Amino acid sequence: MNPEAKKTFRKLVIAVPLMFAFGFALVPLYDVFCEVTGINGKVFQSDYEDDLLTEDGRPLAIQFISTNNENMPWVFEPSEEVMKITTGEYYTATFYVKNTTNKKMVAQAVPSVAPSNAAAHLKKLECFCFEQQELMPGEEALLPVKLLVSNELPENIKNIIMSYTIFDITDYNDEPMASHEMNMEH
Amino acid sequence: MSAVIENHHDDHHHGPAKGLTRWLYTTNHKDIGTLYLWFSFAMFLIGGAMAMVIRAELFQPGMQIVEPEFYNQMITLHGLIMIFGGVMPAFVGLANWLVPMMIGAPDMALPRMNNLSFWILPFAFFILLSSLFMEGGAPNFGWTFYAPLSTTYAPPSVTFFIFSVHIMGASSIMGAINVVVTIMNMRAPGVGLMKMPLFVWSWLITAYLLIAVMPVLAGAVTMMLMDIHFGTSFFNAAGGGDPVLFQHIFWFFGHPEVYIMILPAFGIVSHIIETFSRKQLFGYSSMVWAMLSIAILSFVVWAHHMFTVGLPLAAELFFMWATMLIAVPTGVKVFNWIATMFRGSITFETPMLFACAFVVLFTMGGFSGLMLAITPADFQYHDTYFVVAHFHYVLVPGAIFSIMAAVYYWIPKWCGNMYDERLGKLHFWLSFIGVNVTFFPQHFIGLAGMPRRYPDYALQFADWNMVSTVGAFLFGVSQILFLFIVVKTVMGGKKATGQVWEGARGLEWTVASPAPYHTFTTPPKID
Amino acid sequence: MLLKYLTKFHHITIAAVLLVASPIKADWFALNMTRGITDISNEVFELHMLIFWICVAIGVVVFAVMFYSMYAHTKKKNPVAATFHESTKVEIAWTIIPFLILIAMAIPASKTLVKIYDDEAGDINIQVTGYQWKWQYNYLEDDISFFANLSTDLDEIYNLVPKGENYLQEVDEMVLIPVGKKVRFLITANDVIHSWWMPDFAIKQDAIPGFVNTAWTQVDVPGIYRGKCTELCGKNHGFMPIVVKAVEQDEYDQWVSDKKDVAMKLAELTTKDWSTQELVERGEDVYALNCVSCHLPNGEGIQGIFPALAGSDIALNNKERHIEILMEGVQGAAMNSFSYLSEVELAAVITYTRQSWGNAENGDGEIVIPKDIVDYKQPKI
Repeated sequence: MNPEAKKTFRKLVIAVPLMFAFGFALVPLYDVFCEVTGINGKVFQSDYEDDLLTEDGRPLAIQFISTNNENMPWVFEPSEEVMKITTGEYYTATFYVKNTTNKKMVAQAVPSVAPSNAAAHLKKLECFCFEQQELMPGEEALLPVKLLVSNELPENIKNIIMSYTIFDITDYNDEPMASHEMNMEH
Repeated sequence: MSAVIENHHDDHHHGPAKGLTRWLYTTNHKDIGTLYLWFSFAMFLIGGAMAMVIRAELFQPGMQIVEPEFYNQMITLHGLIMIFGGVMPAFVGLANWLVPMMIGAPDMALPRMNNLSFWILPFAFFILLSSLFMEGGAPNFGWTFYAPLSTTYAPPSVTFFIFSVHIMGASSIMGAINVVVTIMNMRAPGVGLMKMPLFVWSWLITAYLLIAVMPVLAGAVTMMLMDIHFGTSFFNAAGGGDPVLFQHIFWFFGHPEVYIMILPAFGIVSHIIETFSRKQLFGYSSMVWAMLSIAILSFVVWAHHMFTVGLPLAAELFFMWATMLIAVPTGVKVFNWIATMFRGSITFETPMLFACAFVVLFTMGGFSGLMLAITPADFQYHDTYFVVAHFHYVLVPGAIFSIMAAVYYWIPKWCGNMYDERLGKLHFWLSFIGVNVTFFPQHFIGLAGMPRRYPDYALQFADWNMVSTVGAFLFGVSQILFLFIVVKTVMGGKKATGQVWEGARGLEWTVASPAPYHTFTTPPKID
Repeated sequence: MLLKYLTKFHHITIAAVLLVASPIKADWFALNMTRGITDISNEVFELHMLIFWICVAIGVVVFAVMFYSMYAHTKKKNPVAATFHESTKVEIAWTIIPFLILIAMAIPASKTLVKIYDDEAGDINIQVTGYQWKWQYNYLEDDISFFANLSTDLDEIYNLVPKGENYLQEVDEMVLIPVGKKVRFLITANDVIHSWWMPDFAIKQDAIPGFVNTAWTQVDVPGIYRGKCTELCGKNHGFMPIVVKAVEQDEYDQWVSDKKDVAMKLAELTTKDWSTQELVERGEDVYALNCVSCHLPNGEGIQGIFPALAGSDIALNNKERHIEILMEGVQGAAMNSFSYLSEVELAAVITYTRQSWGNAENGDGEIVIPKDIVDYKQPKI
C-alpha cells in the first residue's frame, strides 16, 4: 500500500471503534436529551424551589395508575386514584404496597408521565421510584411522592397521568439496599 | 525492488492456482467477487425457501403447515438471511469484481483482508442457520429484534444470533474499508472523482455509510448481550433502562442500512440504462449529488420507524418532514434515468428489461414510502402488510432486480460467454409477473387491516393472501431457472467480445472477455 | 361446449374454483383503508387518499414519459441517439417542483397530527395493558377491570371445524364505551412490547412495559369495532384481538353496574364450599385461557421450553410449591406470576392440573380450594 493509502486506511480503522463508542454514547445522550428537553415523560429528582410556588395556580387533576410488571405478586395501588391539585403548590401522594408472598422481595418502580410535554413541568422532591423498595414477607407500606406542578404548564393540559410500574428485581443484585420501614403515619 | 524479485512476481501472473485451495487462499478480487456472488445466490435460495414456507402457511386462513412459534422463526431468519446473506454480499461481490477494473486498478487495496472478509461469512451463517436445531429454536423476534422480546424473552439461541451478527458486521466493515481505500488511493491517473463511473461512486458512498453504522449495530447487539448475560439494564425499565432506547439505536443503524442496500443498485441501473440507450447518462453530477444527499439525509430520519412508540409531537413532525425530503433527490435520479432513455436508441436485452422494471417498480415502492412518511396516516399503516409491500417493492424489484441485471450485464465479462438471451428474457418475465402478483396485493391486505408477522388472519384477507402466495411460488420457481441460466453460461455459450455491448462505456469493457486473472497491472492511459 | 372446455382444461378449472370458492367473508374488495367512525379517522382517511392520488398523478405523468420513450426511442425507430446529457435548468425545475408538492402534502399532514396529539382530559379513562397474549382493561373512574382473550376455538384454527364469521376477531370480553364522550386510553404492557390498534378510530400506540402512552377518541355512532395487536410479541401475536363496543349512555351505565356486581359475587364465591368436581370444571376453563398455549391441552408442554405438567413432580407431590409457582412465577423463566387471577380461578386451575392426565392416580391427589390461596396471601411473620 502506498503511504497515502495507509493514511486513509488508518483513519477508517479508527472510525470503527469511534462509531462503536458512539453507539454506547447514545445511552447517556438519550437520558441527557430527555432531561434537557423534558420530553419522553421522564422526570428526575428536583430540588425544592421557592420560585415555583405561587398563589395564582390553576386547578388540575392528576390520575395515578399502577401496573405490576409480569404480574409481580405485590398489592400495588394508589391511595387516591385522582388527586385534584392546584399548580404552584407542593403535594404528597401515596401508594400502598404489600408483599403477599412468603419471601423477602425487592421492587423497582418506574414512572411514566402523560402527556409527555407535561413532564418538564412536574417537579418531584421525593419519589419512591428513586430508590429500590424492599419488603419482608407480608410487609406493607405507604410509599410517598412529593410533587409540584409548575404554573408554566401549558394551558390546554387539564389532566396529567402519573403511571408507576413495579418490577420484581429481587434477583438482580445481591447487595443490600434501602429497605422500607412500615410507614403508615403519612 | 531488485530485478530478482521483479521476475519472481512475474511468475505469479500466469493465472490462478490449481485445485480447491485456490478458493480458500485467493487474494484476487475477481475470485473473491465470484465467491461472494455464489454465496449470496445460495443464501438467496435459502431465504427464498423460508419465504415459501411463510407464504405456504398464509395460503389459507388457519394453521396448516407450521406452528406459530416456528412461523416466527421463519420470518426472522428470512429477513436476516436476505438482508445480510443475500443483498449485502451480492453488492460486495459486484464491488469486488467491478470497482478495481472500473478505476484501472490491479486489485483491491487490501487483498488479504478481502479474503478474510469473505470467509468469515459462511461461518457466520452456519452459526445462524444451525440455531434452527438448537433447543428453543432459532431467533423468533423478527429481524428487527426489539427488546425485551429479544432479551428477557428470547430463546437460548439469541447468543448465537448476536455472535453471528458481530461476524457479519465485521465482514461488512472490513469490506467497506477496503472499498474506500481502493477508490480513494488506487484510481489510475486521469480517473478524477467526478469522472468515476457511477457504480464506483455509489459504492464509495455506501462504504462510508457502512463504516459509520455497522459499529452502531455491533453496539446494540453487545448491549443486548450484556443485558441477557451480564445483568445490565440498557433496555430493561426495571433497572433504569428503556426498551425504546433499543429502537433508537437499532434504527440509527437500520435506516442508513436500507440505503446501503439500494445505493449500489442505483449505480448499476445508471450503467445499464446508459449502455442500452446508447446515450450518455443524463446529469452525471446531479446523480452524484443526489446519492450524497440521500446518504446524508439517511442519518436523520430513523424515527420514522417509531412513529407509534409515543414520541413527542415535535419529534414526530421533524421526522415526518425529513423523511419526506428524501423523495427529492430520489426523484431527481428517476427523472435522470428517464431523461437518459429519452431520444436514445434503445434495445431491450435482459439487463435493460430488469433495469427498466427497476425504475418503475422501485418508484412504486418509493410512493408507498412517501405515504408511510405521513405520520397520521402511518398510524394506520405501521406494522401492517402495507409496510411489507413497501419494503419488498424497494428490495425485490429494487435491489434484487438490480443484482440480476448486473449479473446478466457483466457475466460475459466475467466468464467470456454470452448468456442465453431467450432464457434470460423468460426469467425476466416470470420474475416480473411473479414479483407483482406476490407483492401488489399486499398493499390491499395491509390497508384493509392485516398486521405483519401474523401466521394466520381473519377471513376478509383470504382472497388476496391466496393470490400473493401463488405469485410467490411463481417467483420462487423462476429463480431455479436463473440458477440454470447462470450455470449454463459459466459452462459455455456464445463467445463474448471485450466490448460485449454496443453502447457500453468504461474501463472494464477495454479488457478481454473473460477478463484476464490480473487486469491493469500497469495503469491504463485515460484520455 | 362449456362442459367439454371445462373437462379438457380441468387443471385450470379446479384452480379457478378453488380461487373463487373462498371461505365466507373472503373479500376481493377489501382493497383500501377504512374511513373509520370518528372525525379523526375520517381526516386520516382523507389525508391518505390525498397523498395516494398525488402519487398516482405523479406516477402517471412520469411513467407516461418513460413508456413513450420505450416505445418511440427504440434503436429501430430512432437509430441515431441524441447526445444531450445535462441541463441545469431542468434539474433545478425537477428539484423545486417536487419540493413544492411535498410542502403541499406536509401542511395538512402536520395539522392532522397536531389534532391527534391534542390530548386533554377524557370523560372516561381506560388503562389498556398488553399481556402475552391478551389485553387487560382497567376503567379508572369506575374501578372495573377485566381481561379480554381471543374467543375463537382452537378447532377452527386447526381446520377441524368451519371458521366462524368473526374468525380471529372475537373476544370473550368487549370493551364498552359510551357514544358521544371523549374516551382516553392509557396504554402499557406487562411483559414485552405490544401495540393497540383500532383502525376505526385511527388509533395505534405501542404498549411498552414500564411506560404509558395515551390516545383518545370520541365515537358518535354505536357499533362494534375490531382491532388487533400490531407489534410482534411472541408466539400468539396474531391471536390477541380487540373488540370495542360503543353503546348509548344508559346501556353503558348498566354494563358498568353489572360488572361491579360480578366483582362482588366473585368475592362471595371465594368463601363458598367447592367440590373437587366443580373445581376441576372451572379449572379446565381457566387452563384453556391461560395455560394451554405453553403447557398444551394434554399437559405435556414443549420439551426444552415449557415443562410438562402431566406427571410432573410438583403436580403429583408438592401442593405448596405448586401454589407458590402460580403466585410468584419462576424467576428467569417465561412463567410469570398469575396472582392477578381470582382466588377461585387459581384454586380451580391448580386443582385441575393436579387431577388431570393421570396426575390424581399417580400422585397425592391433593386439591387446592380458594381459601388456600387466601391463606397464602396472609402475612407470615
